[in-house]
Amino acid sequence: MTSTEDVAQRSSTRPTVNEVDLSIFDGQRERAAAIVVRYPEPRSALLPLLHLVQHVEGHVSRTGVAFCADVLDLTPAEVSAVATFYTMYKREPVGEHLVSVCTNTLCAALGGDDIYAAVRERLGGIGHDETSGTPGEPGSLTIEHAECLAACDLAPVLTVDYEFFDRQTVDSALEILDALRRGEKPHPTRGAPLTDFRSVELLLAGFFDEPEVGGAAANAGPSADEATLAGAQLAEERGWHAPPMPDRGPDRTTESTTLPGGPS
Amino acid sequence: MTEATRAPEEYRPDPLTPVLTRRWLLPESWTLSHYTELGGYEALDTAFATDPADLVSLVKDSGLRGRGGAGFPTGMKWSFIPQPKPGEEPTAATKDAPQFKPKYLVINADEGEPGTCKDVPLMMADPHSLIEGCIITSYAIRANFCAIYVRGEVVHAIRRLHWAVKEAYEAGHLGKDIHGTGFDLEIVVHAGAGAYICGEETALLDSLEGRRGQPRLKPPFPATAGLYAAPTVVNNVETIATVPSIVAGGKDWFRTMGRERSPGPKIYSLSGHVERPGQYEAPLGTTLRELLEMAGGMKDGIPLKFWTPGGSSTPLFTAEHLDVPLDFEGAVEAGSMLGTTALMIFNETVSVPWAVMKWTEFYEHESCGKCTPCREGCYWLAGILRRLTEGRGTETDIDTLLDVCSNVLGRSFCALGDGAVSPITSGIKYFRQEFLDLCQDQPAGHTDARGPAVLAGAH
Repeated sequence: MTSTEDVAQRSSTRPTVNEVDLSIFDGQRERAAAIVVRYPEPRSALLPLLHLVQHVEGHVSRTGVAFCADVLDLTPAEVSAVATFYTMYKREPVGEHLVSVCTNTLCAALGGDDIYAAVRERLGGIGHDETSGTPGEPGSLTIEHAECLAACDLAPVLTVDYEFFDRQTVDSALEILDALRRGEKPHPTRGAPLTDFRSVELLLAGFFDEPEVGGAAANAGPSADEATLAGAQLAEERGWHAPPMPDRGPDRTTESTTLPGGPS
Repeated sequence: MTEATRAPEEYRPDPLTPVLTRRWLLPESWTLSHYTELGGYEALDTAFATDPADLVSLVKDSGLRGRGGAGFPTGMKWSFIPQPKPGEEPTAATKDAPQFKPKYLVINADEGEPGTCKDVPLMMADPHSLIEGCIITSYAIRANFCAIYVRGEVVHAIRRLHWAVKEAYEAGHLGKDIHGTGFDLEIVVHAGAGAYICGEETALLDSLEGRRGQPRLKPPFPATAGLYAAPTVVNNVETIATVPSIVAGGKDWFRTMGRERSPGPKIYSLSGHVERPGQYEAPLGTTLRELLEMAGGMKDGIPLKFWTPGGSSTPLFTAEHLDVPLDFEGAVEAGSMLGTTALMIFNETVSVPWAVMKWTEFYEHESCGKCTPCREGCYWLAGILRRLTEGRGTETDIDTLLDVCSNVLGRSFCALGDGAVSPITSGIKYFRQEFLDLCQDQPAGHTDARGPAVLAGAH
């Protein structure tokens, strides 16, 4: 396996690819090298590297593509082919925040389509993947309609920088939107305090406990939303448990007489 | 379906059997200290005291089946990983043979099937159960590297996983010479980048290798040529998080829940028009009628119209199917599939053609483009359905839809195409009249006729 130093060394000797000025990424060489050595084979680092590029640029530009190509010794075409395949890699600069509204069937039936329509209208009729305000400036917002966000028991949902705002209405969604435009950071329903799109991209590159991504924000928020706990809560109220485990090794048989009652 | 192998014969478990969800009610349930308070990481030493091959047999005998949708027997999947025979050493001829390559464990945490919302809360509320499962599984298949591929849009679940992995390293459960056994394991939390297709195991492997997430032709299967063309087990989060409890409780304990060919507890995810949507962990074979009773019934008493047993890729069910036992066999016998036990429940106010159109737009967007039937089929199906729901369809459109579906089903490269046609064919099967009614200039929408607003999110 290559060491961090090897990768950093190799990269620093080739500061440009095809005459592209990569100096904007000078401060990221160490992080890039740290990503590469996580994996048995270097190319596995490409997705996290593209997230790192978005942390720096707020999208993936040709320079960002060239940076990844340089780090991994790939051609820009090979990197572009990957970057353009995935929804989360943005071709245009993203605003301070990315607002994603789930419009898949279940959320839509519970109001997601109305929320998305209201969000668009409040931002002057902009559409999917478009930005209100100047990207990067406080209060600038990029919006998108998202596919299922895996929070269907809390529908309809939207996310800001991929943090969940559960059980939304048109009114509550517009309140969040207005607060974001004023430069405020409303608190997600069950996540960490909001930062901004670019900070979250550093987390997605695999750097989770740096000050820029809110430190060890893993401990913010509840274990789960109350609705998600509906089953666990009901089981507790009614005294329902899984059958108790026998107090023995894995390959023995169950003590059948002790089955009913008692927590596992 | 017999209900044999229960022990004892007359024993019936409680209606809910929290195993995976048993820690979720604790405040800060995601921390190592809470995990160990409730027996966490105890199964690890039991596993380390067991021969890896016996662990594979244990999981095989427990009857655990994959919780990611397909329901493949987990222990059998593990047993396909080629291992050197006792005492076998690599020779010049065999040094590149699969049994001498590194082995890998890859966790499919790319939860994206519409309606599915069990793995993300599991990783947020109890990430250590997944990590302990990863360690035991890696030991059983003799892997020293494990990647958890999480969809990128769930950043808080990713944070909690990173945190838990860090705690596990600090506690000596990960890294070199774990618990003094000589066994080494590295776990990497890998964020995806927004592609439903990466939930397909070979597309996930390509994505993890830094490529476009497109499925591979099988065979070879990942068990012999997976990540970096080496033997690889790909398992779902819920599957692997179940493993520690099987090691701790034994196969017979596990089989006290569920049915003979579908044993164990399962997280049923109820969403939509129910009073108390949420995660209900019950023995496999529980019915929607039973689950609805626990969830307070249909919201505002408005009757049930249609539902999915396991996400949008599983054919729709109706009120006729309230008593279908929701396990792998029961769902298939009734004409659908268990999928991910994502029960999306819709009442009488929702138009079936509209719902089907929305799901088809999803598949159109997520089709990876590699194979023609799926790429072109989803595109045209979505177009026809849009036209129908806008009130501009004709009766022949219904036949055209079914014809296109028959050219996608079974002819696509991977299961995405099969899943894409499920809502259409089952929707027409049970609600043909609704499609026909639309051919009389009646745009589909909710019965409150919001019309254009309903379609505003179309892409």
